[in-house]
Order: sequence, then structure tokens, then C-alpha cells
Amino acid sequence: MTCVKEVIKDADMIRLTNIHKTYQGAQPLHVLKGIDLEIKEGEFVAIMGASGSGKSTLLNVLGILDDYDEGEYTLAGTLIKNLSETRAADYRNRMIGFIFQSFNLIPFKNAVENVALPLFYQGVGRRKRNALALEYLEKVGLKDWAHHYPGELSGGQRQRVAIARALITHPKIILADEPTGALDSKTTVEVLDLLKDLHRQGMTIVVVTHELDVGMQADRIIHIIDGQVVLGTTEGQECEQQA
Amino acid sequence: MIDTLQEIYGELRRNRLRTLATGFAVTSGLFLLIVLLGAGNGLIHAFQQNLGDFAFDAIHVYGGMTTKPYAGNREGRRIQLDERDVRMSERNFAGRVGDVLPTLTQTPPSASYGSAHIASPSLIGVYPAYRRTMAVKMLKGRFINEIDLQQTRKSVVVGSNNCDHLFPGDASPIGKALNVSGVMYTVVGVFKANEMSNANEFYVPYTTLAAIYNRGEFIDQLTMTIQNIPSEAKMEQFTDDYYRTSAALHNYDPTDRRALWIWNQARDNIQMQTAMSLLHTAFWVLGLLTLLSGIVGVSNIMLISVKERTHEFGIRRAIGARPWSVVRMVMLESVVITALFGYAGMVLGILFCEWMDHSLGSQTLDIGVMQTTYFVDPTVDLLTCVRATVIIIIAGALAGFFPARKAVKVKPIEALRG
Repeated sequence: MTCVKEVIKDADMIRLTNIHKTYQGAQPLHVLKGIDLEIKEGEFVAIMGASGSGKSTLLNVLGILDDYDEGEYTLAGTLIKNLSETRAADYRNRMIGFIFQSFNLIPFKNAVENVALPLFYQGVGRRKRNALALEYLEKVGLKDWAHHYPGELSGGQRQRVAIARALITHPKIILADEPTGALDSKTTVEVLDLLKDLHRQGMTIVVVTHELDVGMQADRIIHIIDGQVVLGTTEGQECEQQA
Repeated sequence: MIDTLQEIYGELRRNRLRTLATGFAVTSGLFLLIVLLGAGNGLIHAFQQNLGDFAFDAIHVYGGMTTKPYAGNREGRRIQLDERDVRMSERNFAGRVGDVLPTLTQTPPSASYGSAHIASPSLIGVYPAYRRTMAVKMLKGRFINEIDLQQTRKSVVVGSNNCDHLFPGDASPIGKALNVSGVMYTVVGVFKANEMSNANEFYVPYTTLAAIYNRGEFIDQLTMTIQNIPSEAKMEQFTDDYYRTSAALHNYDPTDRRALWIWNQARDNIQMQTAMSLLHTAFWVLGLLTLLSGIVGVSNIMLISVKERTHEFGIRRAIGARPWSVVRMVMLESVVITALFGYAGMVLGILFCEWMDHSLGSQTLDIGVMQTTYFVDPTVDLLTCVRATVIIIIAGALAGFFPARKAVKVKPIEALRG
């Protein structure tokens, strides 16, 4: 069964060519063994694999949080290789929106301040970035919770704050690492609906998950087994619907 | 910049206890430094003031008793100074001594005025230059002058304490007749008596004393001002030279240090200056160690703080904080803490010094024979305070810099896991 989605655009948002990554140590660990991967603009892709398969490492490479040893990674036409930490920080700030399993909100900042923080690092003035942050909180339905601290929010609300924070810089891609891993089934649905909304607005989204339910929401599932992409796994929710 | 400061304010407010702990280390460090230096200065100033009346460039030479046989003479021979010693000192030590003044000392049974009397007054027969050499401070009237000497007048200069005792209630004792064991002297002046040196002395003209007590050519004591002898080593050299020359004159063993007594205030002075500067240094060392302990305190807390915040830094870096902006934030935090609390420590230290000046600085200590102030102007100059504050702020910046730089050297993903 093949599924070719007509609406996707030609441009590759992400292109990985023969990516290798080895963790050095007493026992060197070859985690990524030649990953070749293309993700088009506007795609919603799920990366799935067992724990230890290398899927998280792959996401870290995609998110410029970690480097790789061999191969080439191009993000939105920019070669991401051997960057200084300063350049990497700038690229992360402008091109990537992160959503983490554990939310990674700063506990002593309220929702607005957390959402506005990426703009602080772009040098946007306080008033302007707080106004924008409020706008994004409204989009994720948390306007009334704007001045609450993460500790006062539920898991689902925290993740929605994190999503607002990921969106505020208009990133090229959203990278989500087990975004529903810490949520119950009801809030999982809420968060996934939010991601699907973003997808419909044309955002490129990459989700790493080991939950098939979550993976099934994506256009395409990329299976990683033992550091390699397993071919012929182009599947997903919309294909199923067509079937 | 305002944004960054607001970031820092949020951070400091969140960690109130840590902020206070850091701040306390800084405040106490600076406070103690300033108080220690202030107290040290107070002691040194008091010491200098108490000794201010002494003539530090004077040495006194007395004849002694030989303890070694020499050139056919047995030990136990008295050495009596005379006019030759004056000429020898002037000729052989030109350049190293200034005035060479012979003095005579006589202790008659009493001095009295009316019903008031003093037992065993020390009559000192002096030359006019003695006042300058011994830094005698005149309160009233004049010192012994040339005419007193030429005319062998019976003039006397009385110490202020004896003056109070002998002439109670009198506005001025000048012109009064003082009966010194039957000889009537006219009081010509009053000098400020120092309990540690000249309180019981009565200065009379050298020639007068020599004539009345029939002292001939002999001299009790030589008082000399010394010049161009800057160190203890030079002073030792001078002493050795003096013994050698004097021994040749009086025919005694030049190594016999009991044949001649040299009371050397100048050497005492050099030692005292050394002791002062040692005291000064000791207070500085103590103060700087206190400051250092403050700096170590700040460094420790910054180290822990950065370690605790590894995860937060990971989040910040993941969403686009450059390494330098993280380092700068930590440094600024540290600088803000040290500057605020350092300033507080400085102000408290200065206030405490002022309080010491106010309360202890004016008190005198009665140690029986004399009264002394033991604390004078216990303050530190402002420049020193400001310098110390600046040093601790710089140290604070460095204390933030090194752990923060280490923290941003790990990959952001490791920081996020941490």
C-alpha cells in the first residue's frame, strides 16, 4: 500500500544524508548508523522505535542540541554542521520549536514569561514580547492562566504553554519528544488535536514517540531500528482514512 | 539592559536565602576589613600621639664603670665624661651628630614655694639648644637662654605638673621665687611635662648649676641629635664607632659596653617605626584574609548556584540562549549581589569606625603613672574602602564567570538531562 499525499510541497524542510553518530566512552556506542531522511515542508512525521533505537539521538541532532560525526544535515536550506554553540543557539532560537515530554518550563516564571522567553533572546522588548506571548497563550486556550506559574497548572496546561513557547518565534519546524508521554489519555487527545491544528496551518512537525496511537496521527511514520531507518514504512492516519 | 536586570531581579528574588547567604559573606567580609583597618589605625594613631612629645632623634651618653681590665687598668674604674667628650663628638662625628649638648644633673633634697614643696627635684643644667633637641614644649614664659648662661642667672623652667602643685591657683608662676634647698631661683617658664620622661625635671642654666654645685669640667651627660642614620644597621655602626673613639679617649676596652652608656632613643624610634609598620601590615593581612573569606563564600555559593541551575540553563539554551548570554547573566547576578551587599558592608564598616571614634576615641586610660589615649581617629580613608569594594565586586564577577563558563561548555542536551 502506498500513499502519496498530493498537497505536500516539493521543498525538503529537512534532509539527512548518511548521518552517523557515535557516543565516545569506555565502550564506544554507535547510535546512528547512516540515517538518510527527507521531510518535506508542511509534513507531520512521527519517528518511532524501541528505546535504545536511536530515535531520541536523531531528534537531538535534528534539534541542533547535539552534533553528529558524519554525513550532512540541511534544515530549510541551511547546512547544519560544525556550528559554534552561538550559531547553534541562534538557529535553535529562530528555526526550531521544541516540545518536551517533561515540558521544560522554567518553574519561577509564569506562563507569559515562559512563552515570551525565546523572544527575550531575540532582543524583543518586554512589553512587545509579553503581548505576543499572551496572544499565543490565547491560541492554546490558556489566556486566563497567563499569570499562573507552571506549578499551578495541570500537565496538559503545561504542555500547551510549552507549545505556545515553541510557536512564538515562528519556527520552521516543531520537534516534539514524546509530547504526550507525561499526560493522561484525555489531555493526550487535547495536545494531539493542537498539533494537528498546527499541521493544518502548514507547520512542519516531527514527533518522536513510542506510542502507536500518537504515531498514527502523523502523515508518515519513520521506524528506527538499531540506528537505521527501516524502509517501506510510509503509513499514517490519512492513508488509513483513504483506505 | 533593563530586561537583563529584570531577569536577574526575578532570579535573586526566587532564591532569597541564597542571595542573602552570598550577600552576608560579602557584607561581613568588607565590614570586618574596614573595622580591622580602622581599629589598627586607631591604635597606631594613639601610639604616635602618646609618643609625639619625645625627641626621637636624640641620643644620651653617660659615663659608666669598666667591667674589663684594659692597658694596665683594673676593671671597676669609673668613666667620667668631661669637656673633651664634647669636642671629640663634634669633631669625630661631624655629619652624623648635630647639636652636642653637655648637661648636668643635681638632685637637692627639696624645692618649695610657700608651704608647697617637692622632694628630690631633678635639677638639669642645660644649654638653650636643649629645648630643641629634646622637643621640650613651652606652655608659659621662656626656656633657658644665652644670657642666663653668660650671667649665670638663677633661672628655672618648671614642669606643668609641678607648677600646678607648687603654685596652686596662681594665674602665672612666672617671676615667682622658687626655693631649691636654700637657693632662690626665679621661675622664667613652664614646660609641658610628659609623665613618661621629664615630669620631675627643673631646667636651670648649665653654668649656674656648675657654679653652685662646683662641678668643674666634668659632665654628667651628653645629649646629641643624630643625623643621616636611617637604619638600625647604620645605627649599630655609629654606636660601634662611638665606643671605639670614646674608649681611646678614656682608655678602656672598646668592647666594654658598660664603661659608657648610650641611651639611644633614635634606635628605639627605628624599632618602633618597624613595629608600627608590622602592626599595620598585620591588620592588612587579617583584613585581606577576611575579604578573601568573603570572596571564597561568594565563589562557593555561585558554584552551587550554577550547578543547581544546570537544567534551567539547558532549557534557556534549547530555546536559543547563546552561551555568552548565560555566562553574562550569572556574572551580572554575582556582581549585583556583591555590589549591593558590598556597599552595605562598606557603609556599615565606616559607620562602625565612626562609632568607635566617637565612643572609644575620646576615652583615656589611666595606667597609674600617666594617662594615655589608646584609640585615636580609628578610621579608614574612603579610597581604601572603595578599593576594597571594587575588588570584591571584581572577585564576584570572576566567581560567577568560571562556573558559568564551565556550565555552558557541556552540550545543551546534557544540560537538559541534568
